[in-house]
Amino acid sequence: MFPPIPNPTTGPIAAKFGEQDLKRRSASSITPAAPRQAEVAKLIDVSKCIGCKACQVACLEWNNLTEEVGINVGVYDNPHDLTANTWTLMRYTEYENAETGNLEWLIRKDGCMHCEDPGCLKACPSPGAIVQYTNGIVDFDHDKCIGCGYCIKGCPFNIPRLSKVDQKAYKCSLCSDRVAVGQGPACQKACPTQAIVFGTKEEMKQWADHRIKDLKARGFKNAGLYDPPGVGGTHVMYVLQHADKPQIYAGLPSNPAISPLVEIWKGVSKYVGLAAIGAFAAIGFLHHAVAGANRVTEEDEENAERLTEGQS
Amino acid sequence: MSGSEVDPGDDVHPGKPVIVDRYTVGARINHWITAVSLVLLALSGLALFTPGLFFLTGLFGGGQMTRFIHPWIGVVLFISFLGLFIRFFRLNLWERTDIVWMTRLRDVLAGDENKLPEVGKYNAGQKMVFWSMSLLILVLITSGIVIWDQYFGNYFTIEQKRIAVLVHSATAIIAICVWIVHVYAAIWVRGTIGAMTRGKVTGGWAWRHHRRWLKELVSGKH
Repeated sequence: MFPPIPNPTTGPIAAKFGEQDLKRRSASSITPAAPRQAEVAKLIDVSKCIGCKACQVACLEWNNLTEEVGINVGVYDNPHDLTANTWTLMRYTEYENAETGNLEWLIRKDGCMHCEDPGCLKACPSPGAIVQYTNGIVDFDHDKCIGCGYCIKGCPFNIPRLSKVDQKAYKCSLCSDRVAVGQGPACQKACPTQAIVFGTKEEMKQWADHRIKDLKARGFKNAGLYDPPGVGGTHVMYVLQHADKPQIYAGLPSNPAISPLVEIWKGVSKYVGLAAIGAFAAIGFLHHAVAGANRVTEEDEENAERLTEGQS
Repeated sequence: MSGSEVDPGDDVHPGKPVIVDRYTVGARINHWITAVSLVLLALSGLALFTPGLFFLTGLFGGGQMTRFIHPWIGVVLFISFLGLFIRFFRLNLWERTDIVWMTRLRDVLAGDENKLPEVGKYNAGQKMVFWSMSLLILVLITSGIVIWDQYFGNYFTIEQKRIAVLVHSATAIIAICVWIVHVYAAIWVRGTIGAMTRGKVTGGWAWRHHRRWLKELVSGKH
């Protein structure tokens, strides 16, 4: 068992990180905080998950969210997708393992992966609406969010959702408020089987190694850690029984990365676009300076008068 | 009136100087609605295009308001431009002499229009502006709807939205460049702006820049 995080004292505790610990800030150039805090991570061990949805409930509870009552279409997933209120969602897959002939119930807790290279933050046009702390948490600042939905286009995991109520984007905050006072996220606190554990990224990797060894000993020879390098690693990681086939876990991308379309849009197109506008304006000024105005002459007027003579 | 180089409402008034009616009051109002929309769209669009210009959202009442109002101004522009398209497309159809005009751009830029074929109501440059704007606005409204998440967020995939947002920004940049050409030409060729404000140009202006149009107007008067 991973040593549980002790309950907090009832007295006030100063936040361990804040504005001074930013690593990245959307639509802004900042100097990242010099001393980097220990990177944190949430480890989700799919092999230990029993699908109780305590994490979903804890998330709603802690973040003061209410989900609409939905419709049962004969699947366990409830609601059917992430929403502006459902920041984490159990996705159930019935997987028939051809090798063993077993039916495996793969239950993946979906939600923000807190990428080290966050696509949402790269796409965001509003300064400071998305921030990344030096401990790796990627958080939305809803006072600054303008509701454009660019983060949705930037995200390689299809996570942020626009609220139909206030037209702002929402996603898991990794309970940055709880982590700031030394607690783990609400979902981790509620998990009855330690399928969710929380600590520094190093601790989580070590714990994952221990779990993977155990799974391999039980015959899951492809068991492994999901910490995709295409986004610089993530601060939410999975232990998967079949790490060679992440897509069987309700479409977990096998090699996620920020889309090249987003990279072009947020990179080279800015410089080329503004340069083109500047060049057109500059050519205009230059042409006027060199060629001078194109004026109608007296002769032109006389020619027109001659043409219309006798017409009045 | 097919084959004719004049629009209904075009007229010539002999005198000193000769005055030529070029745009009706309807066409002018239609033009300025389009013009104001385009400028507002460029300002609000550029604010969301690059962080360096995000301060422009202040003109529209902040980021949320800019995000909300930009697509609606786009709808106004699209409908308004459709009006312009219907009014202007006939005399903007491409003719053989337009190619001659394009190949002698050097004379055009030097202001030596006597060396060029006589021009109808629109020259090849104006036609290029007209057709490129028509095409660009069609692409902009289409790609714009794909990324209008407030109303159409559920109808398109994320990959489609990524393509649309890139196409939308690239097309908008081209449209702004075409707009710069359009505005510059109106300033450089003196006597042009009156055509879109008061609706009138002088006979000398028409003789110099659109002689075929002027001749047909005069010969059409009995």
